[in-house]
Amino acid sequence: MVTVTPTTAAPTTAPPNARRRPGGRPVLRLLILVAIVAVVLYPLIWMVGTSLKSQEEIVNNVGLLPERFTPGNYTAGWSNFDVSFGRFFLNSAMVSLLTVVGNGLSCLLAAYAFARLRFRLRGMWFAVMIGTLLLPQHVLIVPQYILFRTLGLVGGEWPYLPLLIPQFLATEAFFVFLMVQFMRGVPRELDEAARIDGAGPFGIFRHIILPLSRPALVTTAIFSFIWTWNDFFRQLVFLSQLEDYTVPVALTLFIDSTSQSAVGPMFAMSVLSLLPVFLFFVAFQRMLVEGINTSGIKG
Amino acid sequence: MALTTAPDPTRRGPGSDRAHAERRGPGRFRHSEGLAGYVFLSPWLIGLMGVTAIPMLLSLYLSFTNYDILTPFSEVEWVGLANYERMFTADPSYWHAVRVTLTFALVAVPLKLAAALGVALLLNRAWRGVGLFRGLFYLPSLLGGSVALAIVWVNMFNRDGAFNSLLSLFGITGKPWVNDPDWALETLMVLAIWQFGAPMVIFLAGLKQVPTELYEAASVDGANRFRQFRNVTLPMLSPVIFFNLVLETINGFQGFTAAFVLSNGTGGPVDSTLMYTLNLYITGFTDLNMGYASAMAWVFLLAIAVITAVFFSTGRFWVHYSDGEDR
Repeated sequence: MVTVTPTTAAPTTAPPNARRRPGGRPVLRLLILVAIVAVVLYPLIWMVGTSLKSQEEIVNNVGLLPERFTPGNYTAGWSNFDVSFGRFFLNSAMVSLLTVVGNGLSCLLAAYAFARLRFRLRGMWFAVMIGTLLLPQHVLIVPQYILFRTLGLVGGEWPYLPLLIPQFLATEAFFVFLMVQFMRGVPRELDEAARIDGAGPFGIFRHIILPLSRPALVTTAIFSFIWTWNDFFRQLVFLSQLEDYTVPVALTLFIDSTSQSAVGPMFAMSVLSLLPVFLFFVAFQRMLVEGINTSGIKG
Repeated sequence: MALTTAPDPTRRGPGSDRAHAERRGPGRFRHSEGLAGYVFLSPWLIGLMGVTAIPMLLSLYLSFTNYDILTPFSEVEWVGLANYERMFTADPSYWHAVRVTLTFALVAVPLKLAAALGVALLLNRAWRGVGLFRGLFYLPSLLGGSVALAIVWVNMFNRDGAFNSLLSLFGITGKPWVNDPDWALETLMVLAIWQFGAPMVIFLAGLKQVPTELYEAASVDGANRFRQFRNVTLPMLSPVIFFNLVLETINGFQGFTAAFVLSNGTGGPVDSTLMYTLNLYITGFTDLNMGYASAMAWVFLLAIAVITAVFFSTGRFWVHYSDGEDR
């Protein structure tokens, strides 16, 4: 599919120092790309289409889109359980936003120490931090559950503490690493200028690094939000009361009742649950893609 | 003061900060910076200890016990290597889970990377509309790990799902793929491959780094498209391929959400989607066999460490690092 047959004529006619604009056949390339887009988007369109079909159409109309758009699944799904989906969305939003705050703050502090300050054992701690990058969360979940339960935090007054405490302690090494990489690009001359003006490590952080790290903070915030919003494993483990459920955990309740009548509402709520991520994608598409790049390639 | 510490442009480099510090007084600055370092690092250090290191040690200890969450710590029984023995000799479902996970990773990861590289090559030619395509291809990577999408996926490959209605256009009668033990895992592989966008974006960035001169030189030497790909693109891209391979393999081993949704948390049908992490979850949180689950977690960690080490040690035979400035 990829190996387009070489066009023998093109290289000789192209000017010697201009990169060959190859693909000789842009139309063919475009057709292939459009076909891939169709495959990629098909499930998403089908999801939205099905969520708007009536119960009868879901069974009888196998087409991509409904013949008659019906919003009924959305209202039915919203109040399908004893607790309304509004509550689940609030819970998810709260967990996600607090995670954004926690990751932003704690990772920024750690990254500043790694990127700019000299202290004993820095190299060792940095290596440890890199080591935790690849540590699967599944390995830690059992002991973490036991610890948080022993502390009375699982199913406690406020059941989200086990989800949030790690996020305020810079345990997402990925973001620390991303910020370290970013801060290394901030010119050291700025630090020195501030130092001459009498600023210490705290002053330099506040007046130089913090304001200049805004792009890295924004990237961290967006990824934190999306990943937490989509996260299922930790929320499944730590949340046990229906009214505390976040959206992903609540969605699995639909699976338990796989009667045909639940498909419409289930799809409607699935669509709604992806909506925030989709909006983030539309608003920050370029930044998300660039974020993957800067964090992925360097190092 | 300002005069004596004015930055000396000839002394840039790693030593210059230290020189300033020393001029400011005997080690005073360095000391305060060292202290500040630990102040800034303290949240991370507390997290490392409390959320990572201590839990890991606790889990190592528990893996030698029969701990379940219900009995108090004082009554926990030390069982020695019994959990590990059971895992390796007396638990067929454990080995089944290992097989399922390896199958999943061995099939899905190479196909996903091949798709990512193929599409990246298609997009690489500078040309209008790249940004739009790149964004659209990346979208599944953002959505694909969610419960919502797993739900859609399962329904899509169910009896009345979109996939079968597509097949019926060609006169093929499908079946409920997700309920078929021979096909359930395959539908999860397709879901993983569908999310080729993230590695594609990384490939695309890597392709942009390949110096144009190399292609020019190759084409002057008469290399055709295929030879250019083999002798220029692949070697120059090998660090990125390596990075994606390590990352996607480790991610592949950890697949949980889609398997959980497809099987409603059981690993079915007939254990065909019993991924390692799902098996660990069931052992620890459904059967409350937390000592045994801890042993599984440690073996998992060691396996991932070994696989990563193998990648890195074989990497030097095929990963080509040019002496570029970025390394």
